[in-house]
Amino acid sequence: MKALTRTLNRALFYLLVVFVVVYSVFPFYWAVISSFKPSDALFAADPSFLPLPFTLDHYKNVFLQANFGRNLLNSLLVAGGATLLSLVLGVLAAYALGRLPFPPKNAVLYLVLAMTMFPQISVLGGLFMLLRQTGLFNTHLGLILSYLLFTLPFTVWVLVGYFRGLPRELEEAAYVDGATPLQTLLKVMLPLTGPGLVTTGLLAFIAAWNEYLFALTFTVGDAVKTVPPAIASFGGATPFEIPWGSIMAASVVVTVPLVILVLIFQQRIVAGLTAGAVKG
Amino acid sequence: MLTQRQARLAWLLVFPTLLVVALVAGYPLAQVFYWSFFKADIAFVEPPEFQGFSNYLYLLQDPDFRQALWNTLKFTVVSVSLETVLGLAIALVIHSNFRGRGLVRTAILIPWAIPTVVSAKMWQWMLHDVYGVINVIGVKLGLLSQKVAFLARPELILPAIIAVDVWKTTPFMALLLLAGLQLIPEELYEAASIDGATRWQQFWTITLPLLTPALVVALIFRTLDALRVFDVIFVMSGVNPSTRTLAVYNRQTLIDFQDLGYGSAISVAILVLIFAFVVLYMRTLGREALK
Repeated sequence: MKALTRTLNRALFYLLVVFVVVYSVFPFYWAVISSFKPSDALFAADPSFLPLPFTLDHYKNVFLQANFGRNLLNSLLVAGGATLLSLVLGVLAAYALGRLPFPPKNAVLYLVLAMTMFPQISVLGGLFMLLRQTGLFNTHLGLILSYLLFTLPFTVWVLVGYFRGLPRELEEAAYVDGATPLQTLLKVMLPLTGPGLVTTGLLAFIAAWNEYLFALTFTVGDAVKTVPPAIASFGGATPFEIPWGSIMAASVVVTVPLVILVLIFQQRIVAGLTAGAVKG
Repeated sequence: MLTQRQARLAWLLVFPTLLVVALVAGYPLAQVFYWSFFKADIAFVEPPEFQGFSNYLYLLQDPDFRQALWNTLKFTVVSVSLETVLGLAIALVIHSNFRGRGLVRTAILIPWAIPTVVSAKMWQWMLHDVYGVINVIGVKLGLLSQKVAFLARPELILPAIIAVDVWKTTPFMALLLLAGLQLIPEELYEAASIDGATRWQQFWTITLPLLTPALVVALIFRTLDALRVFDVIFVMSGVNPSTRTLAVYNRQTLIDFQDLGYGSAISVAILVLIFAFVVLYMRTLGREALK
């Protein structure tokens, strides 16, 4: 009897596990399937759960008819640029805040922490005007600068934690050997923060890659527009005809790189998410 | 001597970051505050006119603002509660030892990694009134008596959007709570088992009290995020008044209506609302981290 209850409990538990996995993965699976189905199979009364019949038409359509290649390139430039700038500036500031004697340290740390929570919408109007005044409206640089609003404070905050975790002896040994503080940072400390840089860079990149509000508001036309606003505004030949197949194909194209990154860096992402502050 | 050089270097290293913060946050924020006291359009077609507090006075009686605030609060309370309960359940599942645990952890990261715009579109397609897979399966299994236009019926749009948000952000909640669970020493459970405490009793007397710090951090975090929600709402239902949140209404006022003065006043109101939560957040997390 006891053995039976145990088996039953075990079965129920695994049922729960299966449910969690299906719930998490099915919507993406369905998007992938839909992106490979011809339109008539997409709009069937009884849709198949496998991509049969199979077609690449939607992918061709997305790249040949829409400006999706351009949007992808823009996303790569903007997210890559924002990540790189955040890492460079972030490492410098985080080293100072985590390792050097710096009187207003706590004030700056509070500022940085508050900034990680800052509502983008509250500066939308101000940034809009700033970009207009400086001629950076609808430019890659303008979008990159505006993304620093959320990528930089996050990077600094998490990297300060990494720098604090490094042993003091290394630094002291460098100073004894006559290294300047800057040399100590570049030659001794920086190489040790490698894993931290990968994690924060990855999280900053994902946040910038997924950003929608600024990309929607600070770009016009396709020259600078990134993928999220492009996907959101995909239209058909008429307002009543929504090209679901193409939308799903585009969705799969932007999501696959992220899913691969997540699969590779799973543990680091989890560590970074729980160590610092990042928006979901 | 070394200390002096270090301090000088520290200023030099922090300066670029402070400059960026001043440029992308400080200056725009000052502008928003300034223009909230004016009647002005964002392209300055008409010369701006100083109006004192009239934008804020209007805010207090604007029915659209009130509706947006109400929508935001509904969205926040319902989605954050659901995410907490579901996230805790998933965290407990992953925390227990079983084969395939790593696989489950990877699986739940997928919704987190998917851009919000994409997840909104995916769910829009799944919730399609005729060809959506949810309608097809629902009718087949007898869960729905007939197909439902989830995104057209006013009373169903917000619940549908909340379902999408819960799907997307529960993993984040689960991971934060999982990290909290992993900090609870195993011995406590062993001792409790020896004393004859049931699993259920252990959950209420050990797990929940010791998880509270992680739970509070995760809750505040998600609340802050939910209060400024824009993407999922705007993609799934645009500026529809029945789902329009503060952020959506704010963008509509500033960009679509080009109303810089009133739009700025709304921005300030959102900032104040969120700032209250930021203070709460810093009190819980900041104190520990700044030690």
